[in-house]
Amino acid sequence: MAYSTDLEKGQIVAETTFSITRDSLVRYAGASGDFNPIHYRDDVATSVGLPGVLAHGMLTMGFAIQPVVDWIGDSGRVLDYQVRFTRPVLVDAVVGASVTVVAKVGAIDDDVARIDLTVTYGEQTVLGKAQARVSLA
Amino acid sequence: MNPELQGRVFEPTAPYLVGREKIREFARAVFATSPLNNDPEAAVAAGYSDIVAPPTFPVVIQESTLAQLLAEPDAGIDFTRVVHGDQRFSYTRPIVAGDELTARLTVASIKSLGGHSMVTAESTITDASGAHVVTAISTLVVRGDE
Repeated sequence: MAYSTDLEKGQIVAETTFSITRDSLVRYAGASGDFNPIHYRDDVATSVGLPGVLAHGMLTMGFAIQPVVDWIGDSGRVLDYQVRFTRPVLVDAVVGASVTVVAKVGAIDDDVARIDLTVTYGEQTVLGKAQARVSLA
Repeated sequence: MNPELQGRVFEPTAPYLVGREKIREFARAVFATSPLNNDPEAAVAAGYSDIVAPPTFPVVIQESTLAQLLAEPDAGIDFTRVVHGDQRFSYTRPIVAGDELTARLTVASIKSLGGHSMVTAESTITDASGAHVVTAISTLVVRGDE
């Protein structure tokens, strides 16, 4: 597939909103092996000074790339993926949390595109320098 | 924390056999609905030997290397003060079901910043033939005394 000829810097290639619940956090804890109780127990979260139960940063990183994978059609085309964890995602026990991912072309270099992700929760970005390099060849 | 940790290379972890159902379980947990992450026929049609792991799956293997670091007797890392600062995965090829993977941790750098310490841990993940698959890089921030 040759995407490169059609792509332009700044173009939005994918946009998705994810609904995260406490169930999502328990599921991710089991799948990843990260059983830190700040991700499922309010009492533990508040005892260490947090406002409440937080999503695993790696869960946010994990789903934030999915709109890019669906666009490119093959997770094996992701050559490099990095994020900085800048703000927590608080997951309310009743209403959960809504996290929006916008994926935009940051740069194109031959057959590799850098896709920049803007990941927001409650009007604020939660990841910094969230970038994936994907193969277009 | 102990600055002499910089440059230390740890023992390789025991081989981790990547199971198809583990990939599906992880894929479901990160909302990965791509057929290549779930359906062996689709993965084979795309040229893979079995289903492909989502991009952040190496964290499952990396986790055991970070446990080695935190357990290192002279590291001086208080687990309750550790915050995940950033994360990166650099791939040579994607992980597929059936891979037998080993990870080896190197402490790439240790920096002090306003009472906090930042440790960058690089876990090099290789397959059964010894070929590089992916490097997982984490920067952990260890908060200083308040």
